[in-house]
Amino acid sequence: MRSKYIEEIIIKGLMIISLLTVFGFVAAIVWTIFHRGWSCITWEMVSSLPGGGFYIGKEGGFLNAIVGSLYIVLASTLLGLIISIPVVFYLNVFLKKDSRFAYVARLAYDVLFGIPSIVYGAFAFTLMIYMGWRTSLAGGILVTTLLIVPIMIRSMDEVAKNFPRELLDASYSLGATRLETIGIMLRQIAPGIATATLLSVGRAIGDAAGVMFTAGFSDSIPTSLTQPAATLPLSIFFQLSAPQAEVQNRAYAAAVVLTIIVLVISLSSRFIMKKFSKNKV
Amino acid sequence: MSLFKNISLRDKERKPGRFAPDAKFRHADPDTQLEVRGLNLSIDGQKILKDVSVRIPKNKITCIIGPSGCGKSTLLKSLNRLTDSIEHVQISGSIMLGNKDIVRSGATEITEIRRRIGLVPQKPCPLPMSIFDNIAYGCRIHGIRGRRRLYAVVKHYLSEVGLWEEVKGRLREPATRLSIGQQQRLCLARSLAVEPEYILADEATSALDPVSSKTVEDLFVKLKENYSIVMVTHTLRQALRIADHVIFIYMGGIVETGDAQQVFHNPQNELTRNYLSGVFS
Repeated sequence: MRSKYIEEIIIKGLMIISLLTVFGFVAAIVWTIFHRGWSCITWEMVSSLPGGGFYIGKEGGFLNAIVGSLYIVLASTLLGLIISIPVVFYLNVFLKKDSRFAYVARLAYDVLFGIPSIVYGAFAFTLMIYMGWRTSLAGGILVTTLLIVPIMIRSMDEVAKNFPRELLDASYSLGATRLETIGIMLRQIAPGIATATLLSVGRAIGDAAGVMFTAGFSDSIPTSLTQPAATLPLSIFFQLSAPQAEVQNRAYAAAVVLTIIVLVISLSSRFIMKKFSKNKV
Repeated sequence: MSLFKNISLRDKERKPGRFAPDAKFRHADPDTQLEVRGLNLSIDGQKILKDVSVRIPKNKITCIIGPSGCGKSTLLKSLNRLTDSIEHVQISGSIMLGNKDIVRSGATEITEIRRRIGLVPQKPCPLPMSIFDNIAYGCRIHGIRGRRRLYAVVKHYLSEVGLWEEVKGRLREPATRLSIGQQQRLCLARSLAVEPEYILADEATSALDPVSSKTVEDLFVKLKENYSIVMVTHTLRQALRIADHVIFIYMGGIVETGDAQQVFHNPQNELTRNYLSGVFS
């Protein structure tokens, strides 16, 4: 009995250590970013465009990158949801559980999930050359959508696979069609959709490799889909590459803005989905 | 507008208390019979039902009894084709609802058949929506609109199952906040709201406490005036209490069927006698 008690204490201790390690990493990252970046943030930095010589320490801000990132993330998340949700419903409502097609589709999404973003960037770049596109906001949205669709599908699919069979039967036995039954599933998996969206937003807003080839970089805010767009990760990269400490600190300021954007999107989507899923079984 | 084609509205034949005010559902000929003829069903090549032929009497409680795994629930689910979602299922024979063969009905006919043959599940499974919407859901999918009309339907059927007084002040609350017994009565009310002719109950009281179980049993006895009820039960005492007609199944085949008094007190078959006396279960 005593050995079992000791065993439990040791395992519990290891669990707490793991938990604290993860929490420690998060705290260290946030502290580093905020410690170096928070003191450098000025209203001018987040509300103005980079002036001449901004990347060697002169006047200006990175509003272009903030707006560019928001454009790309919001558009690609919307497009991603429009593509992913029907796929998830088709796999889970219209196909039988042991469907070979569903198996192959899930395998394909798993493979796509694991492909690095630089490969997506290279693929989209080739596609853009073939179609005669130049680096543009549209290119950035395209590659980011391609990047997040597998993440969205697999995350939502895992939740939808556990949708209670009895709820489907309950809906069918009232004379509902499969299409009508999707409404029930949508309500039930709303938290799963929120999680998938958050994962995708996190990946989309933080990705630099994919958008480097496709969205390009610009010191101005794009006014059309065909113009190149700056993004926060690339802005951070360019500023960190500069030798001046002042410019490097601005990179941390941009990282603070990036973190705050992710936090705001996370909290608001959790809040919205909580409203939608209050009736969840 | 007729929601349910080929069905004649015969208000004079409606029994009092059955139909919700303003529901405007149209009803089948009250003499429509549900009859199973030579039904064979196998899953993955394994025969579950063997040459089952039985007629379900109108306005009676028919209890399907038999040992575990004998095919009771499969027979019940095949009556409104909920067996469609089972993988590798093969069905032959016919299940006639009036002159319609349920086994050979197309996708469009099956939704109407399921409305006419409702199901009360084994475990209460409220839909992920409010108490009000749980009842109104079936009506909405069959085209009944308007807040006043839906409110009348919801009130009527919640009263029918004795739940109105308990929930009338919290109709907008999630249905999951109800107790298990209340949830099962809600599921029954939800089935009744689309005005079926037959109610299938798959061990509908097995997940309930004795008091809730008695309430649901009493409800079935009351409802048989207006509905024909087919109930799978594992509890012989329950069948003894409420059954008018009994179907005894063993290893996928019907061993004995007939009036409850006769089957319970004067069984004609040796297997039935052994089952009733507890030689096997």
